[in-house]
Amino acid sequence: MDRVPVLKIGEILLVSIQIDLEDHTAMQLQDDLSHRIVETGAHGVVIDISALEIVDSFIGRMLSTIASVSRVLDAETVVVGMRPAVAITLVELGLSLKGVRTALNVDRALEILAEARPGVLAGSAADEPAAEPVP
Amino acid sequence: MSLSADAKGRLSTLLGTRQDAIIKEWTAIAARTLRGRQTEGELVHQVTEVFAALDTVLHTGDGGIHAADAGEARATLSELSRQWARRGFSPTETATLVFGAKEAVVGVLDTEGRGEVPVDFMDLSRLVDDMGLFTFETYTRAREEILADQTEQLLELSTPVVKLWEGIVAVPLIGTLDSARAQVVMEKLLQTLVDTGAAYAIVDITGVPAVDTQVAQHILKTVVAARLMGAECVISGIRPQIAQTVVALGIEFGDIVTKATLADALVHTLRASGVQISRTARKGF
Repeated sequence: MDRVPVLKIGEILLVSIQIDLEDHTAMQLQDDLSHRIVETGAHGVVIDISALEIVDSFIGRMLSTIASVSRVLDAETVVVGMRPAVAITLVELGLSLKGVRTALNVDRALEILAEARPGVLAGSAADEPAAEPVP
Repeated sequence: MSLSADAKGRLSTLLGTRQDAIIKEWTAIAARTLRGRQTEGELVHQVTEVFAALDTVLHTGDGGIHAADAGEARATLSELSRQWARRGFSPTETATLVFGAKEAVVGVLDTEGRGEVPVDFMDLSRLVDDMGLFTFETYTRAREEILADQTEQLLELSTPVVKLWEGIVAVPLIGTLDSARAQVVMEKLLQTLVDTGAAYAIVDITGVPAVDTQVAQHILKTVVAARLMGAECVISGIRPQIAQTVVALGIEFGDIVTKATLADALVHTLRASGVQISRTARKGF
């Protein structure tokens, strides 16, 4: 079954969605991510959706849910790299992803996370393994 | 429509033997409606072409102008009516150019002292009518093409996205904002955000003459879409009149930043992106 990897970089979890999400993959990701946040004690989640050409209302709601769950677990979520066509579709659908922070690229997202939590420098923890795939 | 071979033959002779006289008369009739918008030489040339087309149609099988072997005549008429459409001739002028044939034939016969209408006149009339209608259809199509072209050109013209500063882009909207234009503006702005990585966008509506609920809806959608992509949008250039209309219509801009002028919006976005603006004292002041 397809699975979306959750990569840990310092204090931040990076999720890069490279496949078209099916509903159960999305549910799986939501589950994996909340576990990883608790395991690693991460303070930020960056979800890269630049490869997604289709974001339907289900995926839109999943992003909102992930953001809410992460906030409960004390981690800020930033969605990165939404395509113009996707943004237009979401607006036409009337979804504005309330509670989800967005950024144009990963750089900006890291800046936002660093601003939100001064003192924690994104990706600076050298003693941590740079990335590890989901078991 | 069907035309007997006899009738065709008779009409063909009727037209063939009096070609010069008919063309002269026809040109005179057409010139009346055109009132000097076209030179005599051009007009004679065009009338001759239509005459040739009529002659071709007379020699083709059933179906008149729509007959399979009347392709050449159709091409001639299409080309002419396109030309007329592009030169801004009115529908009447275009139609008269073709329908003039009937009057011309009768006129020529009159001067010859043959006052009576030939037996085949009905058939000729039908042929010419068909040609006229065909010309008119092409004319309308050509006009529609011209309109579509112009609309497209207008869309291209009217939606520049300009970079004001590193990370700040602006869209000066000019003219009425309908759904099609709003869509183009939105797509262009969002694409520019992706291409430049700008975190701030200013939508300037100084040039929008009126803001109704629909226009406001389009602007709001653009702002929300830009937000979804991670850029902040500021609306600027709201004139007093528009501010009053917006309030009267009960349009809520929510937490979207609005500024009166583009300058204010630029200062706002510069501050927000961490740029400090200061004026240095110049000598002589």
